[in-house]
Amino acid sequence: MQLEPVIGLEVHLQLATRSKIFSGSATRFGAEPNTQASAVDLAMPGMLPVLNGYAVACAVKFGLGIGAQISRRSVFDRKNYFYPDLPKGYQISQFDAPIVGRGNFEISMQDGSTRSIGITRAHLEEDAGKSLHEDFHGQTGIDLNRAGTPLLEIVSEPDIRNAAEAVAYLRALHSLVTYLGISDGNMAEGSMRCDINISLRPMGNATLGTRTEIKNVNSFRFVEKAIHHEVERQADIIEGGGNVVQETRLYDADRDETRSMRSKEVANDYRYFPEPDLLPVVIDEAYIEAIRGELPELPTEKRHRFREQYGLSNYDANVLSDTRALGDYFETVVATCQSPKISANWVQVELLRQLNRDDTAIEHCPVSAGQLGGLILRILDNTISGKIAKQVFEAMWKGQGSADEIIEQRGLKQVSDGDQLETMVDAVIAANATQVAQFIVANEDKRKKLIGFFVGQVMKLSKGQANPQIVNTLLAQKLK
Amino acid sequence: MAIKEDEIEKIAELARIRISEGEIGQVTRRIAEILHMVDQLQAIDTHEVEPMANPLDANQRLRPDTVTEDNRRDSFQAIAPATENGLYLVPKVIE
Repeated sequence: MQLEPVIGLEVHLQLATRSKIFSGSATRFGAEPNTQASAVDLAMPGMLPVLNGYAVACAVKFGLGIGAQISRRSVFDRKNYFYPDLPKGYQISQFDAPIVGRGNFEISMQDGSTRSIGITRAHLEEDAGKSLHEDFHGQTGIDLNRAGTPLLEIVSEPDIRNAAEAVAYLRALHSLVTYLGISDGNMAEGSMRCDINISLRPMGNATLGTRTEIKNVNSFRFVEKAIHHEVERQADIIEGGGNVVQETRLYDADRDETRSMRSKEVANDYRYFPEPDLLPVVIDEAYIEAIRGELPELPTEKRHRFREQYGLSNYDANVLSDTRALGDYFETVVATCQSPKISANWVQVELLRQLNRDDTAIEHCPVSAGQLGGLILRILDNTISGKIAKQVFEAMWKGQGSADEIIEQRGLKQVSDGDQLETMVDAVIAANATQVAQFIVANEDKRKKLIGFFVGQVMKLSKGQANPQIVNTLLAQKLK
Repeated sequence: MAIKEDEIEKIAELARIRISEGEIGQVTRRIAEILHMVDQLQAIDTHEVEPMANPLDANQRLRPDTVTEDNRRDSFQAIAPATENGLYLVPKVIE
């Protein structure tokens, strides 16, 4: 029996606000424990929530970014459960009137194909604090700095069929929210966390199997591994004639396995009711239109434009539109050198490789886009070869000046002077009598290889500076 | 709407309220009476009444996204039963 995984994701996105969703405490990451926890965040008696307008604006921006319905009227609810990092005994969330309704999201797969993933809803809520289970004399330590940090919970339809699609969806979501500027998307700091709902069903079946939920997975790689693991685990159960139990599981990255969270069985009854301390949030057309006016070009739009305007392949357009900063960088390179193809190549190969190697963000790239464009100009006008250009780029990376300065200082200019090249070609021919003899008796194929050998020798002699086209022509004449 | 003792026990557990063996019968009866009153309310024809999330006829006001709170950890922790390294200490949470 062929089994098909059915996957839906719930992403908790931390919004890039300065203050918390219901209090004026700072949300800065990495502060000393409990120094950003006010009386509201600590649930001191009599404290009341006041809604952060920017958190609402971020949610609306997201909704517009996926073409979703924005609720003109949305309501906050209390989700009740007991845990020490939730001092109020309830989380303020949204239940049946979320701020963002149904939307759609286009994702791009590695092979260039696209898939559409439905978004069920997105709602605003507050984050809980953090429990530290290291040993405090048999007690647990609580840091409430994160309590009250604004989150947007984005719930997808069960439209995802495998781990690769789940990762593509998360990457696309990450790209969108950072384009919109509503989150820093920093997964290592927990700005984007993911719950995975997963079930299996016989291929072609319309009804869903029993699902499990894997909580709090915080990297693309772990999402992929957790799904692989869970699909296998459920398949083993079903193929062995057993039944999957509906439960919440935790992914353990160290052991690469998921395991049951037994304690939550009864607790899953949250007894939602409307939050009496907050009024309904009413949004009018003018507010929505004002936010629509602030939207930047979105990743999908940029990708399409890159393909049309610059004639880039699907793959190149995807890579180069991954972040706004990378897209802007690429476009500045093109504006400088007027050659999209070679720009795309340099940005993706040399630049991204160096950035990766030095673990540097494009925003802190030591070679500016204008400088890289300047280097490409020198390749295009035959001042240097592509090979020498890589050397120049290395030097630019180390801050040794512009392309022109480095070429000048190191005397890297390509030699295109006929006389100079002729001398070199003669020297190579004289020094390689054996190959010359072979060439004379060789067939067409063999001759091509030998020409390659001679060109190589001239390039070596010229330290890579000889103009290969002219060398080719000269060799062809001399060896006739 | 009738309610049974085991439902009251479950709700009490979720709300972390301890109800003794001797009390459970009485609590169940009293809550059943409240639910009976709710049943009477349910019988009223409300199809022309807009659903309401809050009794106040107003909309939520929004505050600007500015940090207005200072660090007052010392005064908050002065009244906490146990703290260490800036953390509040609570009985061990077993996951």
